[in-house]
Amino acid sequence: MKFRHACLENGLQIIAECNPAAYSAAIAFFVHTGARDETDALSGVSHFLEHMAFKGTAQRSADDVNRELDEMGAHANAFTSEEQTVYHVTVLPEYQHPALDLLSDIMRPALRPADFDTEKQVILEEIAKYEDQPPFGAHEKSMAFHFQDHPLSRSVLGTLASVSALSPDQMRGYFARRYVPNNMTLAATGHIDFEALVRQARTLCGNWHPRHVERQRPRAKAHQGFQVFPNDIATQQYVVQIANGPSAEDDGRFAARILSTTVGDDSGSRFFWKLIDSGRADCAVMYSYEYQGTGMYMSMLSGAPEETADNLQEILDTLRSVQRDGITPEELSQAQNKICSQVVLQSERPTNRLFAIGENWLQRRCYQSVRDLIECYRSVTCDHVNQVLAQFPLTECSTVAVGPLRELAMPN
Amino acid sequence: MTDPIEIHQYENGLVLVTQCMDWVESAAFSLLVPAGCSRDPRSQLGLANLTCEMAQRGCGARDSRQFVNDLENLGVDHNASVSLAHTSFGGAMPAECVEAALAIHADLVLRPHLPADQLEDARLSCIQELRALEDDLAQRAMHELRRQRYGDPWGRHSAGTLDAIQRAKLEDVAQFHAATYRPNGAIVSVAGKIDAARLRDTVGELFAAWSPAPVPEQTPSAGNGTCTHLPHDSNQTHITLGFPSVPYGHRDYYQARAAVGVLSDGMSSRLFTEVRERRGLCYAVYAVCHTLRDRGSVFCYAGTTTERAQETLDVIVHELRQLAQGIRADELQRLKARLKSALIMQQESSAARSGSIAADWYYLGRVQTLAEVGRIVDELSCESINGYLAAHPPGALTVVTLGQQPLELPR
Repeated sequence: MKFRHACLENGLQIIAECNPAAYSAAIAFFVHTGARDETDALSGVSHFLEHMAFKGTAQRSADDVNRELDEMGAHANAFTSEEQTVYHVTVLPEYQHPALDLLSDIMRPALRPADFDTEKQVILEEIAKYEDQPPFGAHEKSMAFHFQDHPLSRSVLGTLASVSALSPDQMRGYFARRYVPNNMTLAATGHIDFEALVRQARTLCGNWHPRHVERQRPRAKAHQGFQVFPNDIATQQYVVQIANGPSAEDDGRFAARILSTTVGDDSGSRFFWKLIDSGRADCAVMYSYEYQGTGMYMSMLSGAPEETADNLQEILDTLRSVQRDGITPEELSQAQNKICSQVVLQSERPTNRLFAIGENWLQRRCYQSVRDLIECYRSVTCDHVNQVLAQFPLTECSTVAVGPLRELAMPN
Repeated sequence: MTDPIEIHQYENGLVLVTQCMDWVESAAFSLLVPAGCSRDPRSQLGLANLTCEMAQRGCGARDSRQFVNDLENLGVDHNASVSLAHTSFGGAMPAECVEAALAIHADLVLRPHLPADQLEDARLSCIQELRALEDDLAQRAMHELRRQRYGDPWGRHSAGTLDAIQRAKLEDVAQFHAATYRPNGAIVSVAGKIDAARLRDTVGELFAAWSPAPVPEQTPSAGNGTCTHLPHDSNQTHITLGFPSVPYGHRDYYQARAAVGVLSDGMSSRLFTEVRERRGLCYAVYAVCHTLRDRGSVFCYAGTTTERAQETLDVIVHELRQLAQGIRADELQRLKARLKSALIMQQESSAARSGSIAADWYYLGRVQTLAEVGRIVDELSCESINGYLAAHPPGALTVVTLGQQPLELPR
């Protein structure tokens, strides 16, 4: 494994973790833009634009894009989050050149009005799909409720109203401001010829014009708000809770992951033994997430409506106990073993490493090998966990419930 | 592609299938015991699931908590599930831990505690699973489709029924375990950085005390292909369609698989292009080959809002009928590229190989190497696929829809 880095004159970052023994090559453009960079009028535009990238360019029709990807036998996809939009392909190494040719071309999409209208229908179907399935919008509602006027409050998909109202011109304006080379990273992993990658990127992307771009990175305010949204389609009750946590820049994020694994992993955690093993809930998990400027622990509970109040009380009691006494050395060690094994297992596929190194570069402009990452988790102590708990209390969380219940008692 | 695969059958009937992958640092195993939900007595649907839940609540020298803690401290990303034919346990882990993980699972099948004081918790867990299914509308429609296509027991869902789970007693669980957690019909597969010879001895010792049990006869009923609508006040209508196909292992299987590939694999496939790209009718649309040992089906799915549902069904049915007219050379060329790159990339994952070689043994009674599958893909031609499609045009459709309004199957 060898890490390589280059930067074009226009600011496009190029990074790669090269492994000549790999069977595949994975390549992606990470665009440093997402829902947090939108406004009310543009809500959902990042994700809609991600769809439009596949609808053709000046040189290629949508059919051409789809056909060429399949001709390479590529595994291609894209996703949009609160703070990044990622376009990725995994191919056999001999397709590195055509894969980058196509990927860089779709970073300059045509955004034709007819395609825009058809694709808008697909996005509206996607929104309808998520409204119909667990957790029935509880995730978006809890982000909006917890983060209030913070940029992370915005929904990635946008709403029926905001997406319906979007115009091609609004999307073009957003594209011109955000898809600039100094706001993008080309990342590659696996069996990659790095010199050839940089040469080709210079030819294909060297003429993209840089432009000043910025992102607001305020800290989020913690609160203990509690809100119930009745939903008659759901038969089960879904509850999402958010507490603030270490940000992407904070070294406390490793201790935070150990903590969330101990408290709320889907197996072997305190939530698991209290609520899942006992059959009291269908799902009770907690994960930590880091963003630029702020971070969070998000917990998710689902189960029978009539058992929800008791389960929420159990969760609060569990959080209070962790907040007071921290975690045990045995729990620390078990979480470390579990996380480090997952890191190693995931690193076997170049596609997984691609997301890890790309996100790391986007958030922190640094590279971490698998070994470095494992070292970071192994060096966490119970004291570190206690420090993170003191700085970001788990008990200070907001709560949103979605499901058949009209009202729900707050736990004591 | 080199894939040294070794197969060993022990005296008690247990089969070990291994693939050495010395380029990875991990190993993964699958343990398939013939305790699938197709073995649930008709009046006790859900018993396999409850038994699987109970089997993990302590075994050998470990109580329920120690069982989970030991696996997690070994770094085993573990799972358990119940399918029609099997209850499966498995996991991926650092290669050096695989023998220890297998030893824990030998205790699970040979020396489970099935503790009486945990029966109510296990029962509640199964009920939670059953309730959660109610909110998964796409899966509910697909499950009803399978029930209609395959009848009983092959159209069952492992979650069973609330009534049966509530009635199940500890003796039922113990009896089910004794009858179905048997080595004859069980498969252990291990793939990754392993020493196959050493593993053969270790597995032999670990499972030596496992005694065979008789295999009861099954009398499956046939499905009844009809059109059914499940009324539901949802935003989207969930459309599922199924039609008969050949099972995995049939000499024509890859012809059928390729035809479905033209329909649904990749972004230039017919369903994606016609339903989503051209018309924007839905976000999710696909078709897959589903296989039992003696029968197969093609299942299609699309989710779309009420007012666009009829058009979506019309376009899908039109594409199915078009498929019978044959596929084009450029479509086959793209499909081959996709299938071959997927085969090569399968070598990057010990978990993928472990699952795949175990399934091969169950369906085929042998294991296909990736090179062998690669040759079959090379040999596919438009003539062979179109010949198959002419003889087996998509037809005898079973349709299940779930949503606000029923749909009409186009003539």
